[in-house]
Amino acid sequence: MTDQTAENAARKAWLAVLARASAEEIEARLAEAPPLPPHSLLRGPEIGLVMVRGRAGGDGAPFNLGEMTVARCSVVLEGGAVGHALRAGRDRRAAELSAVLDAALQDPRLRPALEAAVIAPLAEAQAARRAAEAERAAATRVEFLSMVQIR
Amino acid sequence: MYVAVKGGERAIANAHAWLEEARRGDPALPRIAPEQIAGQLTLAVDRVMAEGSCCDRELAAIAIAQARGDLIEAAFLLRAYRTTLPRFGYSRPLETAAMRLIRRVSATYKDLPGGQILGPTFDYTHRLLDLAAAAGDPPPAPRAPADPAAAPRVTELLAREGLMAREEASDAEPPDLTRQPLPIPAPRPARLQNLARGDEGFLLALGYSTQRGYGNSHPFVGELRIGWASVEVETPEFPFPVDIGEIPLAECQMVNQFHGSAGAPPQFTRGYGLSFGHGERRAMAMALVDRALRADEYGEERAAPAQQEEFVLLHSDNVEATGFVEHLKLPHYVDFQSELENLRAIRALKEAAE
Repeated sequence: MTDQTAENAARKAWLAVLARASAEEIEARLAEAPPLPPHSLLRGPEIGLVMVRGRAGGDGAPFNLGEMTVARCSVVLEGGAVGHALRAGRDRRAAELSAVLDAALQDPRLRPALEAAVIAPLAEAQAARRAAEAERAAATRVEFLSMVQIR
Repeated sequence: MYVAVKGGERAIANAHAWLEEARRGDPALPRIAPEQIAGQLTLAVDRVMAEGSCCDRELAAIAIAQARGDLIEAAFLLRAYRTTLPRFGYSRPLETAAMRLIRRVSATYKDLPGGQILGPTFDYTHRLLDLAAAAGDPPPAPRAPADPAAAPRVTELLAREGLMAREEASDAEPPDLTRQPLPIPAPRPARLQNLARGDEGFLLALGYSTQRGYGNSHPFVGELRIGWASVEVETPEFPFPVDIGEIPLAECQMVNQFHGSAGAPPQFTRGYGLSFGHGERRAMAMALVDRALRADEYGEERAAPAQQEEFVLLHSDNVEATGFVEHLKLPHYVDFQSELENLRAIRALKEAAE
């Protein structure tokens, strides 16, 4: 059970990283990685919509905010491992690469090399981009000065 | 009698050819790439994305270029495009409390956990037209060590003291206006979906009217949050809600006075605005109108235009509105002919009687 939970958490994390990387970024990392096993497509890659929901007041009843574009893909590797991708945007190539990586990363023999060559560097680059924005935001934090006049 | 009129094909084809040329502009100047529009006219792109009800900055930028910068036409193009795509599912409700913030201000509390972050704002600029802006790139914006402290909702701070009406905790399936007609009276989730894609000018004017006395509100911006939120989707392929990426959002919590009623003690009430993109005016206007439309909930008389649910919700959509207004310029020769004959007959009767 805990194994499964940890496995799911790891998978959830790599899918989130792949969802935030472009096809070019993924391909650039794959050039440094051992070759991926051959795959065939089960579905897609195809683009569609997901209806995004919010909550009234941020924490109340759900409502439909509007749609966003998404790309999805499902693949099967030689040997039978299945991988999926569902990601924001319309990048079909990135969806296919993500699905192949999702399948390969679930194979314990392939995972360490792919984690090191693909997922970790992508995650690092994304964290750096987020940090750069957070630092700009921090520079605009207001420091109030109270002006108290005592006579 | 039905009279079919044909003709004008050549004129239409030539008009569209000229449209192409006019859209391109001076061929001696470079064409604007959609990436430039998305990167430099971001707030126009965000407005189109919100009103087109389709979150995709690239698509909105392409629509703006195709519409020659007419943002309502661009929203129309985006709405039309979305109808060509299959719907894969619904997201889990966004966790906006966990938004990655680039801006967060409160007009009600000076010192609040998480602080006041101005972000890339027009506020406090002098609104002087910068005639030299085209010359050279600006230096990089200053940076400071980021504070990882959480920024809890201001409304939650008030709710903990019992001074703010809480939202009803619910996971009820909301109506979807892309799949069913607007129900009237409209439950709040239907109203919020309608307002979220409503015309910004219309929402702004209605919101403004509530401040000027048409709707009896005295609002404060409890909190305005601009940033990015992760979207999660539950789908059978994955044994967990999968994170599909981040979208740009603007969220506004408007705090309003409420004097209490037989059923509720005096407390603050809230209006809520949430929008795709970083357009904060739109989120603020939406929050004002959302609160005005909650009149019945608080036993307030619905006397002002912004409180008239049917009026507001049926006229908020600029794609519908532009379709109906603009169809007036299309040929109405037969309708008009009948009106003309009617008028002539009435005039003839009147002249005969005199």
